Amino acid sequence: MLKIEHLSRAVLKPVSLEVPAGICVAIRGASGSGKSLLLRAIADLDPCSGRVSLDGTERSAMAANDWRRRVTYVAADSGWWTDKVGDHFEYPDIAAGYLVRLGFHGDVMSWPVSRLSTGERQRLALLRAMVQSPRVLLLDEPTSALDPEATAKVESLLHEKINGGIIIVMVTHDAGQAARMSKRRFRMQDGVLSEEAS
Amino acid sequence: MNYIELSYLDIALAASLLTVNAGLSIYYRLGTAKRLLVAATRMVVQLTLVGLVLKALFHTVSPWLTLLVGLAMVGFAGREAMARQDRSFIGFWGYGLGTTSMLMAAAIVTIFALATQFHADPWYDPRYAIPILGMILGNTMTGVSLALDRLLAEADNGRARIEARLALGHTFREAMQEPLKSAMRAGLIPTVNGMAAAGLVSLPGMMTGQILAGVDPVEAVKYQLLVMFLIGGGTALGVFCAVMIGLRRLTDTRQRLRLDRLRVE
Repeated sequence: MLKIEHLSRAVLKPVSLEVPAGICVAIRGASGSGKSLLLRAIADLDPCSGRVSLDGTERSAMAANDWRRRVTYVAADSGWWTDKVGDHFEYPDIAAGYLVRLGFHGDVMSWPVSRLSTGERQRLALLRAMVQSPRVLLLDEPTSALDPEATAKVESLLHEKINGGIIIVMVTHDAGQAARMSKRRFRMQDGVLSEEAS
Repeated sequence: MNYIELSYLDIALAASLLTVNAGLSIYYRLGTAKRLLVAATRMVVQLTLVGLVLKALFHTVSPWLTLLVGLAMVGFAGREAMARQDRSFIGFWGYGLGTTSMLMAAAIVTIFALATQFHADPWYDPRYAIPILGMILGNTMTGVSLALDRLLAEADNGRARIEARLALGHTFREAMQEPLKSAMRAGLIPTVNGMAAAGLVSLPGMMTGQILAGVDPVEAVKYQLLVMFLIGGGTALGVFCAVMIGLRRLTDTRQRLRLDRLRVE
């Protein structure tokens, strides 16, 4: 269970939310309304106030890097720090098992990052986080650069993970995706998070 | 020692070379003529004043006065180093980071040199202390400002890269590995290049000055080597210190990348 109590920072009004294991929640809202800021705040990437805990363990009781390994944020714009794709993966062998499911053919792990398209980067950045087996994935528009076919592949994989007990907090502009993926749907407006009637 | 004493006319003639420079700048509209003029004027005024101050200082061999002049030099170096950066920290650390690093590096190396190689008596004799400090500071300043400029630029421009690693659970130190290496390298390049080219491409300024002033070239070379080693050590120390403190200021106890602490000029 991911428990958020009065989490706030500049722009973002206090948010309280509980997400049990195996549940995906979706957040929609206009650009600049504070959706990404919320995800970043949960991942402890920006200074913020309030309390966050995972399965009963307070975030503040954990080293920041350990927290982020369990509660992993995947940004809308992926970052790549070395030339070779495979060097960005902690477990390239595990990742390789998912590549075909995500629509990759050939030895993408040995490619230079510069060869990847935006959509390929987006899928690989998600995979890179996923193979580290986090308890929570904070996904910022995970399929914004993907065509419907690739989006379906990503969603199918995410469904499998959710069924396996992972928690997902997802920011998306796509109402259809929110409906397909999530049990609970929220809307962010001017930094205020409110639940949509289902 | 016999050396040819310079008249002020000689110096004025040398200065006239700068007008060629200024002329080119005006002709090609490079916009550097004014800067050149200001820099040259500053140099003349500063060096003239320094000549007078040094003369007075050498007469009164006072540890406190030497310390005071030394600190003032470090203070100016700190300001100069900050002015050369495109990005700096907000608040005290904007000025304090470079200054603290230079103070530490220059103090350690200067006292080391005075105590061991120069056997100055008393050890704080300004005749030795001030020129050594000046030389070390001048070079450390270049190194420190280059290193900090690179570190802060890489942190700022590389935000997506760095935060991607943080988000995956890497420590801040791991996430900053590339900017760190790049900053250290940038800070040490002038020193490394200077050492590599010394004698083959360029005769270092201090050695040239000594030879012109009538010193035996072999003795001048020995002094130059000593100075190059002191400069190399001082720069490395200052760069290391500045980058390490800079790295700490770029993050907090939760290992976040704190770009909000930076000001971009």
